[in-house]
Amino acid sequence: MSTIHDVAHLTDDEVRTAGPLLRVRGLSVSYAPPRKGTALGTGAALSDADLDVRAGEIVGIVGETGSGKTTLARATVGLVQPVAGSIEFAGEDLGGLRGRARRAFRRSGRVQLVFQDPLRSLDPDLTVADLVREPLDIAAALSPREREERVAESLRLVGLEPETVAGRRPRELSGGQRQRVAIARAVSTRPRLLFCDEPVSALDVSNRNLVLNLLDRLRTELDLAVVIIAHDLSSLAGIADRVAVFYRGRIVEQGPVRGVLEEPAHPYTALLVASAPSVVHGSRIRPEQLRPDPAMRLQPGPRACVFAARCRFVHDACEDQPELAEVPEHPRREAACHAAGEWRRHLDTDPDGGTTTATSPVPTQSLDRRTA
Amino acid sequence: MSSLSDPDLQHAHPQDHRSGAVAGHVEEHRERTLRVSGLQVSVADHLVAVQDVSFEIGRGESVGLVGESGSGKTLTCRAVLGLLPDSGHVDEGRITLGEGAGSVDLTAAGRATWDEIRGARVGAVFQDPASYLNPSLTVGHQLAEQLRVKRGLSRRAANLRAVELFGEVGLHDPGSVFHQFPHQLSGGMLQRVLIAIAISCEPDLLIADEATTALDVVIQAEILTLLRRLRETHRLSLLLVTHDLAVVAETCERILVMYGGQIVESGPTEEVLGDPRHPYTQALMSVASIGSWERRTLDVIPGQPPAAGEQMPGCRFAPRCPSVTDRCLAGPVPVTDLGEGRLARCVRLADGATTPISEELSA
Repeated sequence: MSTIHDVAHLTDDEVRTAGPLLRVRGLSVSYAPPRKGTALGTGAALSDADLDVRAGEIVGIVGETGSGKTTLARATVGLVQPVAGSIEFAGEDLGGLRGRARRAFRRSGRVQLVFQDPLRSLDPDLTVADLVREPLDIAAALSPREREERVAESLRLVGLEPETVAGRRPRELSGGQRQRVAIARAVSTRPRLLFCDEPVSALDVSNRNLVLNLLDRLRTELDLAVVIIAHDLSSLAGIADRVAVFYRGRIVEQGPVRGVLEEPAHPYTALLVASAPSVVHGSRIRPEQLRPDPAMRLQPGPRACVFAARCRFVHDACEDQPELAEVPEHPRREAACHAAGEWRRHLDTDPDGGTTTATSPVPTQSLDRRTA
Repeated sequence: MSSLSDPDLQHAHPQDHRSGAVAGHVEEHRERTLRVSGLQVSVADHLVAVQDVSFEIGRGESVGLVGESGSGKTLTCRAVLGLLPDSGHVDEGRITLGEGAGSVDLTAAGRATWDEIRGARVGAVFQDPASYLNPSLTVGHQLAEQLRVKRGLSRRAANLRAVELFGEVGLHDPGSVFHQFPHQLSGGMLQRVLIAIAISCEPDLLIADEATTALDVVIQAEILTLLRRLRETHRLSLLLVTHDLAVVAETCERILVMYGGQIVESGPTEEVLGDPRHPYTQALMSVASIGSWERRTLDVIPGQPPAAGEQMPGCRFAPRCPSVTDRCLAGPVPVTDLGEGRLARCVRLADGATTPISEELSA
């Protein structure tokens, strides 16, 4: 419908030459220390995450609940303190900010968050104009008149008529309009980076596409770096340049979105893609081909690959968590898997599926497999 | 198990009966589990939110009810469950559970009848499993309670059966899950617990209202596989309510597409999605997850759906329809029988126009 995205789509060279606006290295975040008797893992919410986001680029983040996606967003805007690693934004180390400086950065509105459910994230008592102006009152040194102009401009940017919606309250808007107000509020301070935490999960497909198209347009018009956490792989693939796949607090794969989803290098990404529902039945890997034999439950050690317990292709080397490393077969792709280049060859191609077991790349005799 | 005399419980051994149940589909006449006819539901101030909704679900059949939020799909299934909000009211129509001697008219059911039906003959799972469980009781307790109250099992038998059911819905180590509290389980595990509770009394019909919407795709696929398996092994009828066409495509035999409080198209899923005839279904197809990883501008259905109770003399999709004519706005649109079990509510189809109009949509 719009042709703007053609301009927005950076060529490979442009992506390589532009320095990243956001540069996350070895980021680890841990919440409350583990307690005895809880089933809630180790308390590490994010381990050793590396991520680059450039201006004008959309990076998608996918992964299950609790895989560290939101933690990365919260750490980036300074809402949680990392235990290790660095977050560089426009060349400035955010981890080094303390006290007043950190507060000033947060209030500057250079990095903004958009949340999943606008009915919960927007104050129900405020009008749309109030909601969009609030960050300006905090952040920018604009005169009241300039603020009003900026509010109207921001609303127009997201495709809303200021005259019609300015006086309304969130409940008087449709779901799609509400999320656009949330985005208008986020871009009113003219941020450089927009972190959208499941911005479309609460919306219908049509509104979902509307909001994603809007984010696609804004990144060009405002030269924004955009990070979108989403579940709908197909919609995400339509607008994102790169994707990072999270599993249990780790980035297990990242690279150009189409390559990652078409030919995943990590078995978890493959499982994610195979599980995504689709109205078209194409020839693709089925989830059953990727799930381990339920009769053979592995009890991985504490240092094992985070995906070992659910991986069909687990072998000896998986007792150590692999680092995120370049995948030789795929340019600009990184995966954290010992069998990244190999597991595909061991896929069980039995058309009925599930009756025969896949062969592991390496014999598994030394692994502690237990029968359930 | 052996202390239970109910013959239905033999279905609790899925593997043994699997092939028989599947073969039974083909050979036997399909018994009817649910019939909804001419249902009209109004909410606050007599706003008609669901209008002229009719459908049937056969024994062991899975039917998907699809629509945007506000299309009336949740109100329809709440009416079937007798759980309409206080302001909601069934104005017209009948909801009949079962067929022949054991059938019950749910629209006329009183409290005592509902107590016998809910949980026992109709089970339900919803979007947010955590909010349907008591946080201060173990999940095993909550499942066993249902078995003691509804089935009259002893405490010991109920506990044993609860552990069995947890295993059946694919929870690993069901014995220890039994003793856990809701907050100790993940969203996917909680949804399995809810499904175990919903099927514990061997209902004929399971209603899943956006049951997988809040889950990530891997868990969603597992839950959908579980529902498919339960349907086969228990000959459970499934009404899957969702906004996601792709979920229906992978799970249901038949599909009902709802728009603005009416069913606008219905029929076998494969045929309807392969060749959608109503412009709204065509629009839904264009925005659905197509499993493509191409870079593209995402399709959008222009305009907004009508508000609940909005008065419209003609077709409710007309304001958003790319091929609208004057006659669409003139009066109520009749349902056209397209053959092969397919129905659609569109003026053009009523005229016998069969050309697909999907091309016009993207223009």
